[in-house]
Amino acid sequence: MRSNEIIGNLERRYLTDLLAKGDRKDGRGFWEGRQIQIVPNVIKKAEGSAMVRWGETVILAGVKAQLGSPFPDTPNDGVITVNIELSPISSPSRESGPPGPEAIEMARVVDRGIRESKIIPMDDPKLCVIPGKTVWILFVDIYVLDDGGNLIDASAIAAMAALANTRFNKVSIDEETEEVTLLDETEPLPRKGCVVSLTYAKIDEFIVYDPDLIEDRGKSARFSVAITNEGLVCSLQKGESGIFLEEEILSILEKAASQAKKLHELIEQNSQVTELKEMFRFDF
Amino acid sequence: MSEEITSLILEDGRRLDGRELHELRPITMRTGVLDRADGSCYLTWGNNKIICAVYGPRELHPKHLALPDRAIVRVEYRLATFSVGERKSPAPRRREYELSKILAESVNTILFLEKFPTGTIDIFITVLDADGGTRCAALTAASLGLADAGIPMRGLLTGCAVGKIEGKIVVDLSDIEDKEGEGDMPVAMIYNSGELTLLQCDGNFTLEEIEEGLKLSKTAIGQIYQMQRKALLAKYSQIKESLDELGEEEE
Repeated sequence: MRSNEIIGNLERRYLTDLLAKGDRKDGRGFWEGRQIQIVPNVIKKAEGSAMVRWGETVILAGVKAQLGSPFPDTPNDGVITVNIELSPISSPSRESGPPGPEAIEMARVVDRGIRESKIIPMDDPKLCVIPGKTVWILFVDIYVLDDGGNLIDASAIAAMAALANTRFNKVSIDEETEEVTLLDETEPLPRKGCVVSLTYAKIDEFIVYDPDLIEDRGKSARFSVAITNEGLVCSLQKGESGIFLEEEILSILEKAASQAKKLHELIEQNSQVTELKEMFRFDF
Repeated sequence: MSEEITSLILEDGRRLDGRELHELRPITMRTGVLDRADGSCYLTWGNNKIICAVYGPRELHPKHLALPDRAIVRVEYRLATFSVGERKSPAPRRREYELSKILAESVNTILFLEKFPTGTIDIFITVLDADGGTRCAALTAASLGLADAGIPMRGLLTGCAVGKIEGKIVVDLSDIEDKEGEGDMPVAMIYNSGELTLLQCDGNFTLEEIEEGLKLSKTAIGQIYQMQRKALLAKYSQIKESLDELGEEEE
């Protein structure tokens, strides 16, 4: 077994000794992220998809669109749900079964970023087929294939990248019977920009961006920020039982705002279907 | 939504995707693709995409499942929600339970389980994109994952489905051929010994057609077996190359 939920004392010491010297295991600066690779549109059966390698973390996100009933309080809006499968494929310490609290928290954090940013305008008329009756329902399903740390940010970028290449069928409606027929022609999902997540881990008194697996396991607290391409913060999540001070939060937010730009660019660059579909160790 | 399919075999005798009757779809296999798993395999087979992670032999939880004289094998075959036409709920369905069971039984035959009493060997397979023939592809991937994990085996398992479309026995059914055709017969074997470890069929076959199907599947499995060998060798030749490079640098 090459990973464990528990981190050994020796490993924790190694981690904090390094941080005290201003260093990290892979030589990154405290505010430096890992390499990110996005391959859009890898799943034929999905309406949108993206495979992401974020450092040592590998994630596949797929979007399915289907017709369904709207929520009673938003009768003319489409519906979006984000689900994360922390399958045992991703780590020896994960067990099979329905998503546990950890996966559900992660999914909700990613969901909130997309939902609250209104990046996908769910009130767009294209997502409403018959007002009050039939709307498009978008399922964003995220599969963690290899857990190399910082699953929230990697999941968020995979979800965003998958939504960016999502296309759904045009429909024709029989005026009298209100019967909906799906046409062969598709159109892109309405999208107004993009949102990314940035996660910071607190280890001892140090704060680092984009924790790797060991830092993830050795951290006392994490703080995730979702920021739109317009610089608006649309979701925050402080997790785990450690604490942050007010000035720490403020300095993180300032850093996050400037770091988000690179991630937004990365999503836009990979929003369209590319001819080159390759990723380290994978082909499509 | 899609146009009506009138014929699964075109006038020139080829199939809808341009294949000959006995031709396999393109297949790629890679081992060691995941860092956390003890062994792993990523396999593409036509439009199928399959990922497999193997753990073990390792301690078994819950303990009451443990057997005093050998290890158990647990296989979890799952379809990703977006791998099929209409979104599948993430909760496993009857089909996934059945396939997991027969895949585990198939894997049982090639492992030396008596060497690891009270332990478990866990195989997790997720079909990321499905296009017909996933159980055979899954088994082919699983045996590569086991080999990648360094688990001793009697041989490699290789699977390939044959089927019947328009009254003809063909190799490696695609999704549409499986749904619109007259029958599907998944076969898996230890190619070197010719021992069958998995055999199912649904549809309508005469005895002669089954015999022909088994013969065709053996030929196809032979081709896939060679690809499996190559995929395993590729990993070690890569390691050897990087070691050689290291050696040169030191000199």
